[in-house]
Formats: sequence, C-alpha cells, structure tokens
Amino acid sequence: MGLAKLNQLYREVILDHAQHPRNRGELADATGVMELRNPTCGDVISVSVQIDDDKIADLKFAGSGCTISQASASLMTTVLMNQSVERARELIMAFSALITGEEVSEKDDDELGDAALVGSVAEFPARIKCAALAWHALDELLDEKGATAHD
Amino acid sequence: MDKGLNNSRKDFPILDQQVNGEPLVYLDNAATTQKPNQVLKTIVSYYQNDNANVHRGVHTLAERATDHYEAARDKVAEFINAANRKSIVYTRSTTESLNWVASSFGNLVVNEGDEIVISQLEHHSNIVPWQQVAQKQHATLKYIDLTTDGELDMDSARRQITDKTKIVAIAQAANVMGVVNPIKELAQIAHQHGAYMIADGAQAAPHMKIDVQDLDVDFYAFSGHKMLAPTGIGVLYGKQDLLEMMPPVQFGGEMIDFVHHQDASWTELPWKFEAGTPNISGAIALGSAIDYLTKLGMDNIHAYEHELVAYTLPKLLAVDGVTVYGPHDPNKHTGVLAFNMAGLHPHDVATGLDMEGVAVRAGHHCAQPLMEYLNVTATARASFYFYNTQADADKFIQAVTAVKEFFADGIS
Ligand SMILES: Cc1ncc(COP(=O)(O)O)c(C=O)c1O
Repeated sequence: MGLAKLNQLYREVILDHAQHPRNRGELADATGVMELRNPTCGDVISVSVQIDDDKIADLKFAGSGCTISQASASLMTTVLMNQSVERARELIMAFSALITGEEVSEKDDDELGDAALVGSVAEFPARIKCAALAWHALDELLDEKGATAHD
Repeated sequence: MDKGLNNSRKDFPILDQQVNGEPLVYLDNAATTQKPNQVLKTIVSYYQNDNANVHRGVHTLAERATDHYEAARDKVAEFINAANRKSIVYTRSTTESLNWVASSFGNLVVNEGDEIVISQLEHHSNIVPWQQVAQKQHATLKYIDLTTDGELDMDSARRQITDKTKIVAIAQAANVMGVVNPIKELAQIAHQHGAYMIADGAQAAPHMKIDVQDLDVDFYAFSGHKMLAPTGIGVLYGKQDLLEMMPPVQFGGEMIDFVHHQDASWTELPWKFEAGTPNISGAIALGSAIDYLTKLGMDNIHAYEHELVAYTLPKLLAVDGVTVYGPHDPNKHTGVLAFNMAGLHPHDVATGLDMEGVAVRAGHHCAQPLMEYLNVTATARASFYFYNTQADADKFIQAVTAVKEFFADGIS
C-alpha cells in the first residue's frame, strides 16, 4: 500500500488550506478566545470568535501545528462563518462524528463542504486529535456563550 | 546484520508482521522495546506454575514466587554492579523511581535557598518532580546548558553546580539529543560540592554496560519496559546509607516491621519501600530480560547499535532538508535519531512513515523545555535496538525520501 494511502488524507484542498490558511490571526474585538493544546505533540490552536445576535459574525484562528490541524482550523472558519450559534454547534457535532468514522446526514455533509474531506482522518486514528483541536476550541467557546446566555 | 545481533530477531515474532501493507520496521525503541519469547514464556510459566503472593505465605507456591521475585533482584543488582541487593528497590518505572527520590530524599536534604541542578535535555520525569521540591522548599532549579552540538556543556555544569547545590539530576543517555552524558565526571563535581548525584538511566541501562559503583552515583533509575521487560516494573538503585535515611513513600502491608495501634516501624531495606503486593510477574520478567541481555552481552549490544548509527546517520543527514538534532558525529550519537524535515510537521512525517510500515515517534518526547531550547515545537524520532537491521535502516531512509517527495508538490 505505502504512501498511496496518504492521498486519502492529504487531499489538494487540505494541502491548500494548510499552505494558505484562511482567517488566520486574532480578532481585536473578539467576544471569546480559547486556546487549546494537543498535549501529545505540543501543538497549539487559539480560536477567537465574535458573536453578534447569536450569529458568528467573525472567526479567526492562530497557533502552530501539523498540516491536518492547520487545514482543519482553516476549513472550520470558512464553514462556520456567519452561521447561527445553534447551527454551528450542530455542524461541529457532525464534524466530530465524521472524523470518528460515523455517518452524518446528507444536509450536514453538504454544508460542511470541503471540511467534510477531513473526515478521511478517521482512517488514521492517531491523527483524529489533530483534526479536532480547532473545532473543540470553538465548541467550548460556544458552550461558554450558551452558559452565559442562560444565566 | 540482517537478522539482528546474534540472530536475535527470530525471538521477537511481533516484528514479523505487515503494517499498512508493508513489513513492519519498528524504530520506536526509545519509547518502549518489544519483548522476546523468552521473557513472555517466563511470565506465562510464572502464572501457570508458581503464582502466589510474596513474603507472606508459608506454603510452597508462596515460597517459590518469593524466591523468583528475590532472585530477579539479585540479577538487577549484578546487571548494574550494585554492591548490595539491599540497594535495589522495585518501582513501577523510571518516573516512579525519580518521583520517590525527589519527594522523599529531595525534601529531606533540600532546604530554603539551596539549589537543584538539572539540564536542558531532560525528560519531564526528571524535571517536574524537582520543580515540585524546589517550590516546596523555596529552592532554586538550575539548568546546565548544551553545546551547539547538543552535548552537555561541562563548563556550564561547573558554573551551575556550586556549594549551594544539594542535588544534581541528569539523564545518562538523552531521549532526544542522542548523547551520553559524562555521569562519572558530573558525580565527582557534585560530590566536591557536597551534592548528591542522581542519574536517569531510562535510555542508558538498556543499551550499555552500567556500573553504578564506578559511576559513583547516589541514585540510579530505570524502566524495565525499555529493556525487553513488560510495562509496570522499574528500578530505583540507591546507596545503602542514603536509602536507610530516606523515609518510605508508601505505607501498608509488606513494608512494616511491626504495627501497633498508634504507630509502626519499618522493615529493612529494600522492602521498606515496597508497600503492598508488588508487580511480582513484572519483576521476574525483568530478571528474564536481564538474562537475555546479559547473554547477548551489553558491550556487544552497544557496539552493534553503534554500527547501525554509523550506517544510518550519514544517510539521514544526506537527505536534502533533513535536520538531525544532537551531534552529527556517529561516534558521539546513540541509536536515538531525532530529526525534522524542512517545511513538514513531524506528525505528517510520522503518518507518512507509518504508511510505509516504519514506526517512529513524533512529538515533544516529554521534553518541552528542550523543544523550547531548540526552538522547535516537536520532532520526529527514530530509535534503534539490537534487533533492528541494516535493512530496517535502508527502509527508513527510503521512506523518509518518499515522504519528502510526496509532500514536495503540496507543501513548500
Ligand atoms: C530519559 C528518560 N527518562 C525517563 C523516562 C520515563 O520512563 P517511564 O515512562 O518508563 O517512567 C523516559 C521514557 O520515556 C526517558 O526517555
């Protein structure tokens, strides 16, 4: 088999996002910032979000990591930008399901778009954490947001 | 060289398998080694024939289990040339051994204003326990620097170790930089200043002849699982007088002399430290691993691994864009080769190598202060043992080259 299998994981879109990440940086007027680390490799991702009217008005990521974690973060920002908080959380759930090899609805898969391609990481169990890092960070931010909203 | 040292590869059936459709090339020996049939048989035979608790039965099986458990201790003592079997304490691992020295002995001898000296190339298990002692005792934790080659800078060592130093704790062999540190010389310097010398032998004991008396270390720690034994068994060697003054870390059965209602007295060394039912099969298997290593000869193992490094290192350095950490002179480098490839994250490198059947580690190798010192977030690491072959080395180099080519188009 050898390196041929790598093509499943390192698709062109993923390589492109790793090489030319979208929405990289930090938001000056963020409503929330979350930094998460992958303790096994030392990778760090910091996600900053600006929520307006229960909508993700702006979203950026910073930090350093491997191709998968960087591409996954970049793709996340493109998919979840301008989504409602509620829909974003559904899509994060769908993404989590995909990368652990579970099926998701056609609607979610469509809406995840290129990010759904990261789902092939399910075939590379050691790398699932890399793919999940940014999404987990945003999920925690939206959790916090939800928690305060109910206060 | 294609069957391992003395044809040893046949004793490790795990190596004979396909991973991702390719023959397995196991190069993660610094993380843990594989176990030979001889060690596995010892474990099965113990459970099939002799299993009982140690030091507490009068029946025959209890006596047999105790005999095997204690005979393994004698083997450990001989393996590192300890003067006395009382100096050999079974632990769970290097990590536990170092934690015990730090929390018990460290807190006994380190006072406010004192210094603990470690180095920039240590594993977290020889850093964090000392941070804890330093914080608790209001002492200072100091680091010996490295030379540009990645070796311990002995001038820095002489500057950092002072009359205020109570503890010097250094890895004998480094798990990233691939160097062997001059422990004997460091022990001399430490002792001149009235400090105690502790060596982390996790990456040394499996690969070279160890003589704790010649090194004149006060404590020496290592793990069974990095030298053919199962996980969950480790060793703490300590000079007898120091172990005598060191309070036990755990309390309970086995370690007591007599228990009254309000207090208790401790039994003698080494059992004073071995509270509760120990890892009996692990200790016996460690004895079997030592038999195996001794039969091969530690000097032969060392020479064989050196040959493999001398073969592999220049080839790895010759791959365009590869950075190898630590000395580039194979005479100064152990079988631990930490490296990075230009423009590639080590995780991506390791996944690529895995697709070629080559198992290496990628990450910070529990050495984050070193990563900071080297100004990298992580590295890939290939590490060899005596059952690896020149063919393994060739496959490794070929896979590194293939990974480089795979990513050449996609990633700059
Ligand atoms: C130099 C060094 N020290 C300590 C350790 C810790 O060993 P263990 O995890 O067996 O306690 C390791 C293993 O990774 C090591 O390489």
